[in-house]
Amino acid sequence: MKFKLMVNEQVRPIDADEATPLLWVIRETLGLTGTKFGCGIGACGACTVHVNGRPMRSCVVPVRAVASAAVTTIEGLGASSMHPVQQAWIDAQVPQCGYCQTGVIMTVAALLEENPEPSEDDLARQLSNLCRCGTYTRMRKAIRILRRS
Amino acid sequence: MGKLNRRAFLASGAVLGGGLLLAYFAIPKRLSLHADAGDDRLFLATWLRIAPDGAVTVLVPHAEMGQGVHTALPMMLAEELDADWPQVRVEQAPAEGVYAVGDLVRGFGIGDWRIPSALLRQVDYAAYRIADLIHMQTTGGSSSVRFTGHLGMRRAGAAARNLLLQAAARRWQVGISECQTDSGHVLHPPSGRSAGYGDLAEAAARERLDPDPPLKARARYRICGRPLARVDLPALVTGSARFGIDIRLPGMKFAAIRHAPVFDGVAVSCDAAAVRGLPGVQRVVKLPSAVVVVADGFWQATNALRGLPVEFDEGAHGRFNSEELTKEFDHMLSGADPTVDARIGQPEAVLAAAEDPIEAVYEIPFLAHATMEPVNCTAWFRDGKLDIWTGTQDPLATRARGAQIADLDTDAVTVHPVPLGGGFGRRLPSHLNYVEDAVRVAMEVPFPIQMIWSREEDIQHDYYRPAGKSRFRARIGSDLRPLIWDNVYTDIGLNEDRDAALIPYDIPNQRIGRVRHKTPVPLGYWRSVEHSMHGFFTESFVDELAHRAGADPLSYRLGLLKNRPRHRAVLSRAADLLGWGTAPEVGRGCGLALCECFGSIVAEAVQIRVSGDGELRVERVTAAVDPGEVINPDIAAAQIEGGIVFGLGAALWGRISIEQGRVVQGNFSDYELMRLADCPEITVEFIESGAAIGGLGEVGVPPVAAALANAIFAASGRRIRRLPMLGPERRLMG
Ligand code: FES
Ligand code: FES
Repeated sequence: MKFKLMVNEQVRPIDADEATPLLWVIRETLGLTGTKFGCGIGACGACTVHVNGRPMRSCVVPVRAVASAAVTTIEGLGASSMHPVQQAWIDAQVPQCGYCQTGVIMTVAALLEENPEPSEDDLARQLSNLCRCGTYTRMRKAIRILRRS
Repeated sequence: MGKLNRRAFLASGAVLGGGLLLAYFAIPKRLSLHADAGDDRLFLATWLRIAPDGAVTVLVPHAEMGQGVHTALPMMLAEELDADWPQVRVEQAPAEGVYAVGDLVRGFGIGDWRIPSALLRQVDYAAYRIADLIHMQTTGGSSSVRFTGHLGMRRAGAAARNLLLQAAARRWQVGISECQTDSGHVLHPPSGRSAGYGDLAEAAARERLDPDPPLKARARYRICGRPLARVDLPALVTGSARFGIDIRLPGMKFAAIRHAPVFDGVAVSCDAAAVRGLPGVQRVVKLPSAVVVVADGFWQATNALRGLPVEFDEGAHGRFNSEELTKEFDHMLSGADPTVDARIGQPEAVLAAAEDPIEAVYEIPFLAHATMEPVNCTAWFRDGKLDIWTGTQDPLATRARGAQIADLDTDAVTVHPVPLGGGFGRRLPSHLNYVEDAVRVAMEVPFPIQMIWSREEDIQHDYYRPAGKSRFRARIGSDLRPLIWDNVYTDIGLNEDRDAALIPYDIPNQRIGRVRHKTPVPLGYWRSVEHSMHGFFTESFVDELAHRAGADPLSYRLGLLKNRPRHRAVLSRAADLLGWGTAPEVGRGCGLALCECFGSIVAEAVQIRVSGDGELRVERVTAAVDPGEVINPDIAAAQIEGGIVFGLGAALWGRISIEQGRVVQGNFSDYELMRLADCPEITVEFIESGAAIGGLGEVGVPPVAAALANAIFAASGRRIRRLPMLGPERRLMG
């Protein structure tokens, strides 16, 4: 199936089976490798992108479902300069291996857009991404930095 | 000796020893292959180059997998070099023999033995030779900073600094003792002259090298000991970092794999025709124990693989069951005579005299690594040469293995090291099944392939942390101190560090032994290896003894550590940080544990709350760690925080079970890891005792399961002797 996809504010022609998860279209067809594969079942959040500003786990979203939506990947988040979440992630020295972090940053960026003052409980509920390196203490610290600014 | 050879020597100078018979080998010509003729940068050492503009590039022979080694190692070199930190660049050393990690061989082989300076060169070369011969470029065992950093990077930096000083003194015709260095410059205060390192670099290469330069006094450190930012984080937060799974090559196809479900099973046949016409499908490849579909995209390959009819032979292990292995463990512990690895006093006699010994048996399951980046490997065979891109903890061993599988000379194989999306032992040289599979497929197709294991394959075809049981028997004397410590544990393999079961406590009679048993389960090194087991076993039991003696677990331990000031210090500090001794509220409890591992000493304290129906909340964890010396406190703390989360997740949920020879768990839905919502507040402090530098990557893991179990006992009187602790509904089990 041939169609157009709006990714990072650019219209991109795509030729893919409409059932293909958005993740693979992003990583393979479009070559944007900042969005990661971790589990393929929506359980880890490594593949999180924004669809019309909402965080979505792209490994379980068929590409047909976003054909008329605006998709933002990590490459589009801080395209011109670092997004505040990315900067806070550096300030708090969050990443270890870093593999999960683009998905985490996308999740947090969308979350703060919606609610700039999330409580610890909101965070715990909404930031359910997995980080095998165990950087959660630093994530909390980075979010505190963001709250302050 | 020519310039090239001198460089070569510096490279080897960072390496290991033992083989003193090699003492008279000339410094090998082939090392000078890496002199990079035509390059305008000048090599002062294999691991260091200084460009004419003063930029200092450090080549790090270890893989970055989140442990910050690409920052910490260069810091050690830059400190001794007196470099200007912003001028320091870091590169991953290529996977070539010259970067073999000889220091690791020296560190593990001869410990802290001080090598006489006259022999140093020969010893170093010998070490290098051994590392090269066994294709060793390993990142593991919490060893990078301890060995490569301390033995290699520091000396390379100091030696280079000496060369620069000598070159400046010669140029200015002044005494070398009148010169000093500061932030990338040599200064001559009497005349006010100064020259940048870049300016001096070429002349410095002609100076005579001191193979054993004196190192700086710590009081003069300007770089080490500071929480400098990691050099690689910007690329990680923008998504521009390229992990193995992000490699893209012209004409590359994607491969999905399904292994025989039973360990050591065989792929007998598959009906390739059934999927050949499916969209994007390029090839179906049958490997000895797996089938692979290669397609234009990974999703297409995965779909086709799902529909591919395959006949697997179960082989001999189709009935293997981890539940039964547990019963076998009981059998072993009550039966055969153990192999005794440590004996103090008269353990048998004292035990025999014990009327009613205190006895406890603990149990732990198999565990998978589950690195966040599923294992994957990109391989391309063309014109008789094989290129491999993959996250590996040992690029050289990966090259050797690739060559072996492809039946090529090692020289025909190039491994391109990339950052790892987590390691934890999964990508060590004995665990390279993901490389083997990809190479086999690459040898059959005319294009590059990227093989990605699904998360299910990654979890079900891992090399697992061994399961086991450990039985303790003890007797408490009239002074309430233990008289005898008798420990026998099951050993199903991969139990190389027998010292891991030793205890620091002063107990007059001890016997520590094991009973062996073989299983078909592939075993692997898992962050902190044997200590991940014995930390839970020994520190739970010592806690049981404290409670039996009616003593406070902290003061009881301290009483058994009279001659161990470092152990006492970390234990007291971790307890203080938690506020040990303040009266607990109902349902709350605190627990402690202490471990010595990888050259460091670590204590952790845990505070929990548990409800009447077993709902558990881990509230706080504190850690005090004495690694001798801390290079970068922020990176060091991150390692301990990560280790605590790793160990806690395993203690609460981690379990790989095997039924009918097949791993039951398959994804994060049934192999649960800790998430933010469950993560306690963590506080880490370091005590720098000045002892020989110890590791940090693994040491956060071992104490935490016991500290947690001990806290649960303090809160509820329930003694958890079996991991994982949580069952259905996330409630405490038995
Ligand atoms: S890869 Fe999509 S949630 Fe894990
Ligand atoms: S930083 Fe490694 S998985 Fe999160």
